[in-house]
Amino acid sequence: MDDLHKTILDYVRREYIEEGDDRPLDVTTPLITGGIVDSFSMVSLKRFLEKKFDMKIPDAEASPEAFNTVASIAKLVERFGAVKV
Amino acid sequence: MYVAETIEEKALWNIGSYERALRDFRWEAAAKELGLGTGDPVNIGWHLSDRLCRLGLARKTALLWEGGDGRERTYTFDDLRVLSNTIASYFWRLGILPGERVCLFLDRVPELYIGFVGLLKLGAVVQPLFSAFGEESLEVRLRDAGTRALVTQRKHLPKVRRIRGKLPDLTRVVVVDAEGLALKEGETALDLDAEPRSAGFPDFPATAETPSVLHYTSGTTGQPKGALHVHGSLVAQYLTAKWVLDLKGDDVYWCNADPGWVTGTSYGIIGPWSNGVTQVVLDAGFSARLWYDFIERRRITVWYSAPTAIRLLMREGLPAARERDLSSLRHLASVGEPLNPEAVHWSREAFGLPFHDTYWQTETGCIVISNVPGMPVKPGSMGRPFPGITAAVLDPKSHEPLAERGRVGLIALRPGWPSMIRGYWKNPEGYAKKFDKGWYLTGDRATVDADGYFWFVGRDDDVINTGGHLVGPFEIESALLEHPAVAESAAVATPDPVNMEVVKAFVALKPGFAAGPDLELEIMNFVRKRLSPLAMPQAIAFVESLPRTRSGKIVRRVLRAQEFGEPVGDLSTLMED
Repeated sequence: MDDLHKTILDYVRREYIEEGDDRPLDVTTPLITGGIVDSFSMVSLKRFLEKKFDMKIPDAEASPEAFNTVASIAKLVERFGAVKV
Repeated sequence: MYVAETIEEKALWNIGSYERALRDFRWEAAAKELGLGTGDPVNIGWHLSDRLCRLGLARKTALLWEGGDGRERTYTFDDLRVLSNTIASYFWRLGILPGERVCLFLDRVPELYIGFVGLLKLGAVVQPLFSAFGEESLEVRLRDAGTRALVTQRKHLPKVRRIRGKLPDLTRVVVVDAEGLALKEGETALDLDAEPRSAGFPDFPATAETPSVLHYTSGTTGQPKGALHVHGSLVAQYLTAKWVLDLKGDDVYWCNADPGWVTGTSYGIIGPWSNGVTQVVLDAGFSARLWYDFIERRRITVWYSAPTAIRLLMREGLPAARERDLSSLRHLASVGEPLNPEAVHWSREAFGLPFHDTYWQTETGCIVISNVPGMPVKPGSMGRPFPGITAAVLDPKSHEPLAERGRVGLIALRPGWPSMIRGYWKNPEGYAKKFDKGWYLTGDRATVDADGYFWFVGRDDDVINTGGHLVGPFEIESALLEHPAVAESAAVATPDPVNMEVVKAFVALKPGFAAGPDLELEIMNFVRKRLSPLAMPQAIAFVESLPRTRSGKIVRRVLRAQEFGEPVGDLSTLMED
């Protein structure tokens, strides 16, 4: 796993998974449809990405589909950001 | 502008003619359809299961459930009868007594729906809570209710364990997926598939006035209030589901509200099942692709949704809807916040049908104002009062009905319909404040036009309606003050294109803390975890100080007006206590 995927995965695990929740989480785990991140929480996740990667994700691109997995989020970051982990 | 149904369509609606329904209306007639006479015992749990089996629907599907991970389960009304008996027996053996509060802290899993029915049969007061609540939101509501038992899943158990020691009344925690989990003292497993079946359970002999469900709702001041419903609410929920949602025997019905909120119990459980209708549940987060796929595969006919969800679908565009076969849909309704005209027009384009807006509250228990099918829809209007409901717009000061059409006033209702709550839990003063001059004051503002249609204007208080859910500013401000950097705070609504309103916080920092994006994100996540994602401020403004009255009370109204670009009003008056 590269640094980009690991950074996002670590953040999701730290911020959106309850301590003691033993559900498996990897880069393909559905976050939105899987109930881990909802549309309200997506705002703070987007804010984290924009801050961490010094980028702006257009609201129109911040769809539930685009935020549904760590892998799809990483694609967004690669598309709109200058990746600096 | 009207969006008219055809004459042929109108003839087929359950309500028939709205005008005739208004003229001839009697709640007793609805009770009679349920086999209920005045003073008869009524247990909602029995009505949703055993009664339907007696009416010959035992083999009919009651619940088609899908998980986000592709799992599927199907339950007939006889399954619902037996399994709800099984759950009632289980809690009876645990020592739960009628009247004690049992919290369902679950995602939309089958145990939530079946457990709701079973606990009502036992005579317990069901306290459903949104499973995304953080530990502080959970603790406040469990402590206030003196909740005796809580049902949850292993993924939510850590939250419960962290607060358990502060809740002496909570003697039992039941975990529905505990296989392989090391349970602690006071925790027990409930494996519904393995639990010995109970074909018969002596239902608690509830009356129309026996408490049934306790839903918590937020206000401007203080902590959330427990809105106490009764078994007699069944009559109103049955009839409004039949007339407003137009539920018929061969329908496949989808209400995408979570039963942690009142829509999810009144119309996600009681309404459809009291009508003997098959309902489908999708336990997954929002995805346009997933939702359209669900409607198409399950051949859903009636859909009760929310403006926020509709606006999210609108963002995905018309082609996403049009490339699917959604022709099974025959009736659409919406609740939670005003349905904007664009959404009504868009739904006609996308589905060939308008969404019908409905208005009600946790306290009303059932739809009280709506665009009933067959009545011309005025896009953007809430519709007209349900037959049997007397609604008016009152002068905000005198609380007398406004004679002049088009003037903004307070929406008020004459008490007396079956599903009006009977009080706030342990808060008679708070309940009494909701009434004046024989009216129940909703706290919402509206106008009425010459045709008697109501048009929503906004809240009359500082409560934030985000995505159709009410969030109290006091709770958010209390949580903000627990953050070590926050000296003072105010939480207000700010406009949002999808959720209508979202939370914005104004924060003054303690000395030594510097405002910036790192701290903003930290505070956002702090509130999200303590309260819920709904309560998380989506924007934080760092300020030097907050507007206050002369005695020091924060004037949220000034901040809110600024957010909405509205006039602030007479500041000298606002600054008075």
